[in-house]
Amino acid sequence: MSEDKKTLFINGKEVEFTNEINLLEVMRKNGFNVPTFCYRPDLKPFGACRMCVVEIEGRGIQTSCTMPPEAGLKIQTNTERVRRIRKTVLELLLANHDRECTSCDKSGNCELQKYAEEYGIRQIRYAKKKEYEPIDDANPSIVRDPNKCILCGACVRACEEFQGHAVLGFANRGSKTVVQPMAGKNLCEVDCVYCGQCQAVCPTGALTIQSSIEKVWKVVTNKEKKVVVQIAPAVRVALGEMFNLKPGENTIGLINTALREIGFDMVFDTNFSADLTIMEEGTEFIDRLQNNGVLPMFTSCCPAWVRYLENLHPEMLKHLSTCKSPQSMFSPVLKEVLPVKFPEYKRENLVVVSIMPCTAKKAEATRFEFSKDGVLDTDFVLTTKELGRMIKEAGIDFSKLEESKPDSPFGEYTGAGTIFGASGGVAEAAVRTAYEVVTGKPLSSIDIKELRGVHNRCRDVEFDINGSKIVVRVVSTLKEAEKSIQEIKLGIAKFHMLEVMACPGGCVNGGGQPRSCDSSLIKEERAKGLYEDDKNLPLRKSHENPDIKKLYEEFLGKPGSHKAHELLHTTYTDRLKGSYKDFS
Amino acid sequence: MIENNVLVDIDALKQKAIETVKTEGLRVLICAGTGCVANGSLEIIKKFKERGIDVEPLGEDDKMTAVPTGCHGFCEQGVLVVIPKLDVTYVKVKLDDVDEIIESHIKGGKPVERLLYIDPATKNHVFKNEDIKFYAGQTRVSLANCGEINPEAIEDTLAVDGYRALYNVLKENDPDKVVDTITKSGLRGRGGGGFPTGRKWMFTKMAQGDKKYVVCNGDEGDPGAFMDRSVMEGDPHKLLEGMAIAGFAIGADEAYIYVRAEYPLAIKRLKTAIKDAETANLLGKNIMGSGFNFDIHIKEGAGAFVCGEETALIASIEGERGMPRPKPPFPANKGLFGKPTLINNVETLANVPVIILKGADWFSSLGADTSKGTKTFALTGEVNNTGLIEVPMGTTLRQIVFELGGGIRNGKKFKAVQIGGPSGGCLTEEHLDLTLDYDSLIKAGAMVGSGGLVVMNEDTCIVEVARFFMNFTQNESCGKCVPCREGTKNMLKILEKITRGEATLEDLDLLEELAVSVKDGSLCGLGKTAPNPVLSTLKYFRDEYIAHIVDKKCPAGVCTALKVIEIDKEKCKGCSKCSRICPVGAISGEIKQPFSIDKEKCIKCGACLKGCPFNAIIQK
Repeated sequence: MSEDKKTLFINGKEVEFTNEINLLEVMRKNGFNVPTFCYRPDLKPFGACRMCVVEIEGRGIQTSCTMPPEAGLKIQTNTERVRRIRKTVLELLLANHDRECTSCDKSGNCELQKYAEEYGIRQIRYAKKKEYEPIDDANPSIVRDPNKCILCGACVRACEEFQGHAVLGFANRGSKTVVQPMAGKNLCEVDCVYCGQCQAVCPTGALTIQSSIEKVWKVVTNKEKKVVVQIAPAVRVALGEMFNLKPGENTIGLINTALREIGFDMVFDTNFSADLTIMEEGTEFIDRLQNNGVLPMFTSCCPAWVRYLENLHPEMLKHLSTCKSPQSMFSPVLKEVLPVKFPEYKRENLVVVSIMPCTAKKAEATRFEFSKDGVLDTDFVLTTKELGRMIKEAGIDFSKLEESKPDSPFGEYTGAGTIFGASGGVAEAAVRTAYEVVTGKPLSSIDIKELRGVHNRCRDVEFDINGSKIVVRVVSTLKEAEKSIQEIKLGIAKFHMLEVMACPGGCVNGGGQPRSCDSSLIKEERAKGLYEDDKNLPLRKSHENPDIKKLYEEFLGKPGSHKAHELLHTTYTDRLKGSYKDFS
Repeated sequence: MIENNVLVDIDALKQKAIETVKTEGLRVLICAGTGCVANGSLEIIKKFKERGIDVEPLGEDDKMTAVPTGCHGFCEQGVLVVIPKLDVTYVKVKLDDVDEIIESHIKGGKPVERLLYIDPATKNHVFKNEDIKFYAGQTRVSLANCGEINPEAIEDTLAVDGYRALYNVLKENDPDKVVDTITKSGLRGRGGGGFPTGRKWMFTKMAQGDKKYVVCNGDEGDPGAFMDRSVMEGDPHKLLEGMAIAGFAIGADEAYIYVRAEYPLAIKRLKTAIKDAETANLLGKNIMGSGFNFDIHIKEGAGAFVCGEETALIASIEGERGMPRPKPPFPANKGLFGKPTLINNVETLANVPVIILKGADWFSSLGADTSKGTKTFALTGEVNNTGLIEVPMGTTLRQIVFELGGGIRNGKKFKAVQIGGPSGGCLTEEHLDLTLDYDSLIKAGAMVGSGGLVVMNEDTCIVEVARFFMNFTQNESCGKCVPCREGTKNMLKILEKITRGEATLEDLDLLEELAVSVKDGSLCGLGKTAPNPVLSTLKYFRDEYIAHIVDKKCPAGVCTALKVIEIDKEKCKGCSKCSRICPVGAISGEIKQPFSIDKEKCIKCGACLKGCPFNAIIQK
């Protein structure tokens, strides 16, 4: 037996292990499933729910999520004692749970429900919960229902470990313990950035997405309205999971068809406006470089990141690109251009819906800056999960649909747009264009692999642009971004451009995506799907997109023009003193 | 590692301290522990001090000095005033008694008899501590100096060989030997778990790390327990010395004492002690010129019971919510701020200097087979003598209750003791000859715990006792793991149902089933031991549970909901006194006719019981 390959025994079977962080991972790898509420591979083990207990010879009962594998351990995963503990935990949790399962947002997708079924809980012998807490749903992104919370702490850890500023925390003691925003406030009264990662790791219906499904049904079925839709890059590689397709499988053709069947009048791809973002943001970056502008420049595509700066570091807002995000660039363009091109599309009857992998996009769409004459540019934002549910509700057999393409006049997009959905993608797309614009030569290799990766949360890549060393830094998670901010404050930052995505790994792992908290590999597969799409597209640089060129020719003039600024750029708000509420 | 061995002259230091103490003349030791302070000892000390200026005692001393000390232990007899040179202990001293003590005894040589302790058995006056059974049965090791020295004067400590153990250790400069001595002594953790201290030291010593910590657990939280507080208040230097020795042995240069903020006196005295020790170069940088550095910080806890659990305590020091963390990793490898950390309880560390001074063999000659040395207990409840005691491990319960404790109060019958606080269990008459040590207690379903010992008499309802402790643990649970958070809550609910007479036998089965799961499935020691009071009382007093459930009766007559108060029609003279006493107007009747109680209205307060001149009202 070699040194790095050791073995232990699970239910009498000898299995190998190497560098797994805990027994639970070793068991899963070898086909021994144990239930858990609180263990999430991307978060630190917590050991709170006690569902993953196993019996280890000589060590008694241990939680497999916190126990490191050791050679020779003899583990039993399914003894009488272990089953009794799990059943007691389930029965106790259910006694204290709002058990209105059928009308719960998580119904069918809830771990408590699932294990209660698997463990045959048919009777709750303990006294039922009597007092119910009010539901916190005053913000556009997340709904918090404390009555469904089982206190597994996954959300608390996600908020702290990903975003670093623990908006959610434990309060009180004993059976009065709750998870809540600071001082019992609502989520919209604290520094929440609406990334939705808390909701993504929640095993029950305690944290869910603020749904726009019914509002969207209402407009798509209204004959008076012209309803158009844009689909973000990361949606295409994740939605299929809700229909038994593999993570990373690109379903954009199916999505386009499904949306038309649901009743949308025109279908567009946010990849197009991602290309548009590069034109504007790339131009801005070059301008800052050449004219002693504020550097490093921060990307502004991620609304959680923007909100984070507004909430906590308003003095850093000058670093933030003034470009709107692809979602918020596209919507005003649609509302401006479509009525000109198509006389039946009147501005007052035009509704723009976006499909996003992101819960923060819902909050972004409600920003005052992203409205005109009191009407939001993006009327409704649906997350990937909500779209999946609408497709199911419409009775569409998703995987059997025929593929179709987006509509003109914004039907073209490049590979640079599609990779926006993975951490490092915006930076890579920007470099592809900026390098060529400044040097007049194409990059030696269009694939900048050093900028890619969903697991490594911070990386610096150096480019030589006409003899100048330009460092591009890519980070994901705000906890990681905070370190870069501190570097800038200390005057030791050595990078010129900072791409930040709040969700670990970027939008592929966004808060609006289908469940991906059980394995670290799902986001990796999704990112692979995007890079595969990029590789297969005929055009891979934003400035080569013919529809983009046309848009500038017909409407915007050139990147950074007055018209472009009016439609595609924005301003930011200092919210340090707590002016959180700006939702329209 | 220590580089040079230029050490101070400890003998000279001691001699100088003795001289200083001598200048105080006749020392009057007045307890300034929390209990006696509550009884007014600070005013008494002040008065003694004021009078001390011009008092010339009979005998060789030319002056008298009032010395505030730590807890003497015999708290129920406070305020305690001990004058060692006059071989006298005065009990229940009041401010007004000070003049008489001075005039009659100190100046006149005539003891004040009325302030002497009276032996409850012989009814004789007792002069000396050694003759008081409460003290006579004790062997004081960790408490040796408590009540004997002024905890706020470092000279008092130095005069009784304080810091000599640290000196010896630094002089020998052999950390392995120190660990070895502690291992050989057989010392086990006094905080409750009973883990061999030497092994803990060895693990932390062996752990790899550029930085290591010593943490002293002073988060004493059991209801009624005050052993650690007494050491911190009464002999803080001994604790500091024990910590420094531990630090030297494992290679740590920084330490924390985690004390609950509810112990302000302990915090004050520890702070003074740390400052004085640093000034005297007995702590801090380059201690005694040895090159060994050791800084001690005090961290005040907010009083959560769970912070006595070592990983929760670490989290609390780090500024996190006091929630336990799973083990492994153990603190010895990854503790405070992720560094190897030795966590010992106050009493454990207070035993260290004496083990170094007197040797491992001396220490292990005290106590029982696998439990060496002595243990302090907070003896409370229905015994004649309550207070703080220290006895060799292996002392029987009978000795403690009937000799030191002087038997049950008011001639009542012994029923049980609750040992080990909310984590411990109930022991009954059949356990009276059980030796108190780690292993025999575990076998009996209880535990040494931190040393709370509550004696109960026949008037105690055992279900109510279990309910009391369960209420405590469910309030103090940190709320992290499901079995403890939800399990203790539901155990409490069932116990409440039983005490209200609303439970069924199925509830009793469910209680037992749940108790086992909570014990098995909880994350930390709090949850794992929380069911002990229920499980042990179910084991030894099942009848009493059944009586509540089946007969709807509380045999001890404690549970209000099950009390029935009736008027004996034969005895009632119809005087109407009871109906006038009754606060809710539940009693009515005609004069000179037997009265009756409206059971719907009656709140069972018992006021009528005490008020009836003919004993005609009875409680069932």
